[in-house]
Amino acid sequence: MVMLAETTDIQDRSIRAARVTQGLALALAVAGLASIGSGATGVSLFDMLDGLSAREALILWDIRLPRLAMGALVGAALAVSGALMQGLFRNPLADPGIVGVGAGAGLGAVLAIVLGGLLPATLGAWIGPQLVPFAAFLGGWAATIALYRLASRGGSVSVATMLLAGIALGALAGAVTGVLVYMADDRQLRDLTFWGMGSLAGASWAKIAASLPLIVPVLALSPLLARGLNALALGEAQARHIGIDTERLKRITILGVAASAGASVAIAGGIGFIGIVVPHLLRLATGPDHRFLLPNAALLGASLLVLADIFARTLLAPAELPIGIVTALVGAPVFLWILLQRRGIGGL
Amino acid sequence: MLEIGDLCVALAGRQVLHSISLTAQQGQITAIVGPNGSGKTTLLRAMTGDAPFHGHARLNGLDVAQAKLWQLATIRAVLAQATQLAFPFTVTEVVRLGLQSSEVDAQTDLPARALAMVGLASYGNRAFQDLSGGEQQRAHLARVLLQVWQPVGPNGPRWLFLDEPVSSLDIGHQLMVMGIARRFADAGGGVVAVMHDLNLTAMFADQMALLHNGRLAAMGSPHQVMTDGTLSTAYGCPVRVNAAPDHGPWLVPQAMPA
Ligand SMILES: Nc1ncnc2c1ncn2[C@@H]1O[C@H](COP(=O)(O)OP(=O)(O)OP(=O)(O)O)[C@@H](O)[C@H]1O
Ligand SMILES: [Mg+2]
Repeated sequence: MVMLAETTDIQDRSIRAARVTQGLALALAVAGLASIGSGATGVSLFDMLDGLSAREALILWDIRLPRLAMGALVGAALAVSGALMQGLFRNPLADPGIVGVGAGAGLGAVLAIVLGGLLPATLGAWIGPQLVPFAAFLGGWAATIALYRLASRGGSVSVATMLLAGIALGALAGAVTGVLVYMADDRQLRDLTFWGMGSLAGASWAKIAASLPLIVPVLALSPLLARGLNALALGEAQARHIGIDTERLKRITILGVAASAGASVAIAGGIGFIGIVVPHLLRLATGPDHRFLLPNAALLGASLLVLADIFARTLLAPAELPIGIVTALVGAPVFLWILLQRRGIGGL
Repeated sequence: MLEIGDLCVALAGRQVLHSISLTAQQGQITAIVGPNGSGKTTLLRAMTGDAPFHGHARLNGLDVAQAKLWQLATIRAVLAQATQLAFPFTVTEVVRLGLQSSEVDAQTDLPARALAMVGLASYGNRAFQDLSGGEQQRAHLARVLLQVWQPVGPNGPRWLFLDEPVSSLDIGHQLMVMGIARRFADAGGGVVAVMHDLNLTAMFADQMALLHNGRLAAMGSPHQVMTDGTLSTAYGCPVRVNAAPDHGPWLVPQAMPA
């Protein structure tokens, strides 16, 4: 009897995770429609249903759809990079935005904007719009590697060191970024302010296309890391005992974190807390198994960021709140809540 | 067969193990004993490929230092002295981590059977982190057993490496776990266990290696190794074997009815 119950419960859990996946896909679709139907011009979904006027088509294709697509893409990338990073550091408080990876990616992006003109023209033309996302990826990658080196010793990660080293790395990257901003000319400065606020306001198909090659592979391939990340929860030596090549796992995971966090920083600036809130909610709902956590994080991250963007656009309409403010308002308390819970169990 | 030859380990610039040579046979329980800091865990970590070493270590003829991790994982499982779980997995989810990759997605009742074996049959859906220390130790043992479920595989005998498998268990569960190791060996597998309890070692081990200051002080059957002189020197306190105290209640597991 007991064995029977066990087997059914495992089925139930994967069934529940599959249901959550379906629910989240539906939620994303609804959020997407709501997003298309709201905006400063007041054109609603119903206006569009009875055939598109030229103005409506323009609003739809050039403003609202790219904004929706970018919101979904960035939300999914942020949530998955958070889940990957937490699996790597074996801690639910690791988030690219909080521990300096976002700042490193930002530094990379600013470097590319300010110094990109110095590149040989042929090279510049060849890399083209990929330059900023790619530079952000490199900056995020360097920051993630530095952070892991600083915070881990003999395969175990000290959380206090991780958070403090993250603060230091973030401050360092921020300071260098500040110097570069001083060096920027007027046109670059406009690019920089536009970008630095953490906003989807600059959404365009070109930006989406530039970030796709970095984000899509991470979203598609991250489930392949699930078994390794699950095993890593036992500790590095124990994961090796089970047969996981932990060195390779860590290298690939760091690349994944840097690619998805870097690309989203490059096109949307620093949008915080999605990477921490989304995996945390999903762990509460369906457990920490990365086989379900990673795909569901992509869906929930996309939905939440699209929703947050609707709030950002409509709350003070026609003025627009930077979306980073909305996510921080919701996310920072959740972060503190996790911190307090973990203080309770002493383990931090 | 496990063959260790001239094995030396240096950690943080300090020589921790000095030229250890020993063999362990399948079908037997080989115990590693010795005082704190004598190098038992380090020896086990070298045998399992976790600690870099000089000399050689071969498991079923496979060079431990060269073998691929997945290769080793199919012939041996390791219970570490301490394990810290990072996320709130359930007990069953933790045990399932021991499943070999070919079986992970299959519906199998093996996790439940492994849990029943260590006396945790109804614990599958509980949060792992809520379990008591001894229950966690047994749940990890269930995971480890799952990894080498058949004591003999296509590539020869499978092996259990256990670092203090009974350290936080009560006497009843100590006997249960040692009985599991015994049956694993009787079925053709090999067991290497770091032990602190000399009574249990005497009762269950076929072979024992006594470490002292990183050297092999004695190796042989419990009869050969457990002498007053050998144990007293190694542990640095007067030890008397097979001597009954003058008064007071006392008990040894050997005297328990089976
Ligand atoms: N990573 C390390 N770096 C430096 N020294 C180490 C390391 N690990 C262990 N040692 C030292 O090596 C010696 C042997 O340690 P080991 O853990 O093997 O002892 P043990 O016999 O398992 O002890 P116990 O009974 O307490 O578990 C100890 O002196 C210890 O301080
Ligand atoms: Mg030890």
